[in-house]
Amino acid sequence: MATTQTSTGTGVAAPAPVDAAPDAPPARRGRRRPAVGTGLGLGTAVLYLSLIVLLPLAVVVWRGGKDGPGYFWQAVRTPDSWAALKLTLVASLVVALINLVMGTVIAWVLVRDRFPGIAVVDTLIDLPFALPTIVAGLVLLALYGATSPLHVNLAYTQIGVVVALLFVTLPFVVRTVQPVLLELDRDMEQAAYSLGASQWVTFRRIILPNLAPAMLSGAGLAFTRSIAEYGATVLISGNLPFKTQVASVNIVGRIESDNIAGAAAVSTALLLIAFAVLILLDVIQRWAARRG
Amino acid sequence: MGRTTRAVAALAALVLVGGVAACGNGSDSAASSGPAVTLSLVAYSTPQAAYKKIIKAFRGTPAGKNVKFKESYGGSGDQSRAVESGLKADLVAFSLEPDITRLVKAGIVAEDWNKTEHDGMVTDSVVVIATRKGDPKHLKTWDDLLGSGVQVITPNPFTSGGARWNVLAAYGAKSSKGTDKVAGVSYLAALFPHVSVQDSSARASLQTFVGGKGDAMLAYENDSIFAQQNGQALDYTIPDDTILIENPVAVTKSSPHPTEAKAFLDFLFTPTAQKIFAENGYRPVVQGVGGPSFPTPSGLFTIKDLGGWTKLNKDFFDPAAGVMAGIEQKLGVATSPTPAAK
Amino acid sequence: MAKYLLRALALIYLLFLLVIPVGLIAWRTFGDGLGPVVEALTSDEALHAIKLTLTIAAWAVVGNTIFGVGTAVLLVRHDFPGKRLLNALIDLPLAVSPVIAGLALILVYGKFAPVGGWLEQRGIQVIFSIPGMVLATIFVSLPLVVRAVAPVLEELGVEQEQAAQTLGATGWQTFRRITIPGIRWALAYGVVLCMARALGEYGALAVVSGRIVGETQTLTLFVEDRFQNFDQPAAFAAATLLALIAIVTLLLTKLLRPKGND
Repeated sequence: MATTQTSTGTGVAAPAPVDAAPDAPPARRGRRRPAVGTGLGLGTAVLYLSLIVLLPLAVVVWRGGKDGPGYFWQAVRTPDSWAALKLTLVASLVVALINLVMGTVIAWVLVRDRFPGIAVVDTLIDLPFALPTIVAGLVLLALYGATSPLHVNLAYTQIGVVVALLFVTLPFVVRTVQPVLLELDRDMEQAAYSLGASQWVTFRRIILPNLAPAMLSGAGLAFTRSIAEYGATVLISGNLPFKTQVASVNIVGRIESDNIAGAAAVSTALLLIAFAVLILLDVIQRWAARRG
Repeated sequence: MGRTTRAVAALAALVLVGGVAACGNGSDSAASSGPAVTLSLVAYSTPQAAYKKIIKAFRGTPAGKNVKFKESYGGSGDQSRAVESGLKADLVAFSLEPDITRLVKAGIVAEDWNKTEHDGMVTDSVVVIATRKGDPKHLKTWDDLLGSGVQVITPNPFTSGGARWNVLAAYGAKSSKGTDKVAGVSYLAALFPHVSVQDSSARASLQTFVGGKGDAMLAYENDSIFAQQNGQALDYTIPDDTILIENPVAVTKSSPHPTEAKAFLDFLFTPTAQKIFAENGYRPVVQGVGGPSFPTPSGLFTIKDLGGWTKLNKDFFDPAAGVMAGIEQKLGVATSPTPAAK
Repeated sequence: MAKYLLRALALIYLLFLLVIPVGLIAWRTFGDGLGPVVEALTSDEALHAIKLTLTIAAWAVVGNTIFGVGTAVLLVRHDFPGKRLLNALIDLPLAVSPVIAGLALILVYGKFAPVGGWLEQRGIQVIFSIPGMVLATIFVSLPLVVRAVAPVLEELGVEQEQAAQTLGATGWQTFRRITIPGIRWALAYGVVLCMARALGEYGALAVVSGRIVGETQTLTLFVEDRFQNFDQPAAFAAATLLALIAIVTLLLTKLLRPKGND
């Protein structure tokens, strides 16, 4: 059974489906002791990473917590940002759950079904990865906004927020489940059928347990992506505090109001949540690897 | 998939990218001959269309022949703070005077910027009440806005200049031009629970309103006209009691091209430019330039009547202790930095 | 029966979430023919936005490719203390909201921040200027090349490299003539992913760019600006251009995807 590449750490979120090649025998993975050249290379890599990613993020967290936990909590607990964080979490959870189901359904259809054009569908799944978020927002607003040809106006609604997030997270569960389905050994399924089990029972007791880690992994990635989303939600959700304002929009509002400390506080809260989810994902992957 | 196919695809992509980049390069080099000067204009959100036309007109004059422009538009407060934080500007055009004063204090604009014929103001306008076309809910006066279930759109006064004009227009109207402070403040406290969303700029507010949210919008007269000119289904009423909006413009001390910047600044006050402003919904500060005419409301008052910006900014818009901060906090909207932090 | 039900469910979901919205934009863009689209995209601002977007993306891709290949080699071929930590940290940008990335860069490179202030005194402006936008774009697309190359590098094994070294090749020669050709398709894949991400960045740039039309306005910011100014034709034209680039990216990645899924 193939699992997500564990050698790359906390789960690959790039749109590459997992390389389904067989495991390489350990002897092929050559390792060398660090030499001077390596040290220099490592130093440069770490410097690059630090200057651009690590240091700036550290300063955000520092800024958010600088004035003590009291002020941090106060800034996060301000009614509008608290509401924004709550909405973000709930919407992302809903989106993760919907993706759990629909992503698996789509992966199933792509792997087990055959119809003309299926390759096109397969390619299109990755479109949300490649499309700029503001374009996604515009695109959804065109169909589901005030000028909707379907007369469905989701602008300034929480459902609009969920739809925007569903768009950008579409590929995640599909692309983590698909390779697992491809690799699945059909023998056990056949055995179950021959013993008289129905399709649903077979799915529930033979297939689903094998898919579960990949499904959860994909849902976790979808969740992490959702809480961070800005461009797709900013157009369709508008900016209604307490109603449709998501955390990222709240942060931008605070930056523009020159409330940097407040922006840093809410950002830190969001980062902590993402961090917690990623750790959870890692735990799930290890558990799955042990089971496999 | 053959390797050849892959190679061809990769090559095609490179050619495509290179082609587009070359396209861009081509058009640049076909620009004017002679040493080109580029001026940076940092402005508030609504005059974008007007400045585009004015810049075009300016470039047709001898003074503007070799001048190119870069423009940035956003909420007046945002933009002012951005310039203070390093956004390069040769000219700044904001919604209200305090956003220039901030830059005077920061040493970016000269202290005598408003010792000119028009006190540094380049356009005027008034605060109006905008509604859906046909005004289905009959929202014409300040009192109408307090009707049950009425949703009002106005931007966030801590980022948007337009929002501050709106607040002071409402206050001035209801406090008999500042004489009855209690009545004025209690009107504001009654109005803001009707405000369901506070965007960061006047233009963003317009977007929200036009996108279907709200029953009425407090707006610049010029922005409502702009919306109508762009086919938006919107009507507006000028309340009898409303404030005269005066928009300042100045050159910066740090401008590397003071001559050209001053030339453009002077151009803004010529009949040509003022007429363009008028055609875009602004009330010109220079008389007799032609173009559309604007009605004068019977109870028009100015910022001076209410006590001047310094006093009003402190009383109303201080992020910790101002009237609006109190009102916003009651609504749960954070507009002030947490105390002791900034 | 279940098969048709599932197929219908999947296709309808995709139709209403993905296909129709994107198709609608293309429809609305070309509603009046090709003329207005070309006109909208050849305006001064549009051309500048396109050029700027490509320039920034190019810088980000170059930086992240060098970093990506180097780090992949470090992670796969070498052992050092803190390796697992580095591995985990590289994925950080994927979990961070782009607006937080923007805020983070302002806090370090803004005029009133320590590093930014120091640079400002030497005449280098980062925030509200192109360098800041390049940094933001590097931030959001950082892990993509590493993650594309590392697994393939692992798969490749060291035998050929070791053979070359016993035959007297220097480290650099080995790298240039054995390693790079070995990973070239994964590298191309990573570069395409990085390029696509860089071309499409919006959130972080909305925060750090200052939105100067004609100077720091990328194509994505141009879309937003035109939309806010009721200039739907231009907004849609630019959006469609970006969508086309996205589709080309999709096709390229499909072609270049490292083996196993052709």
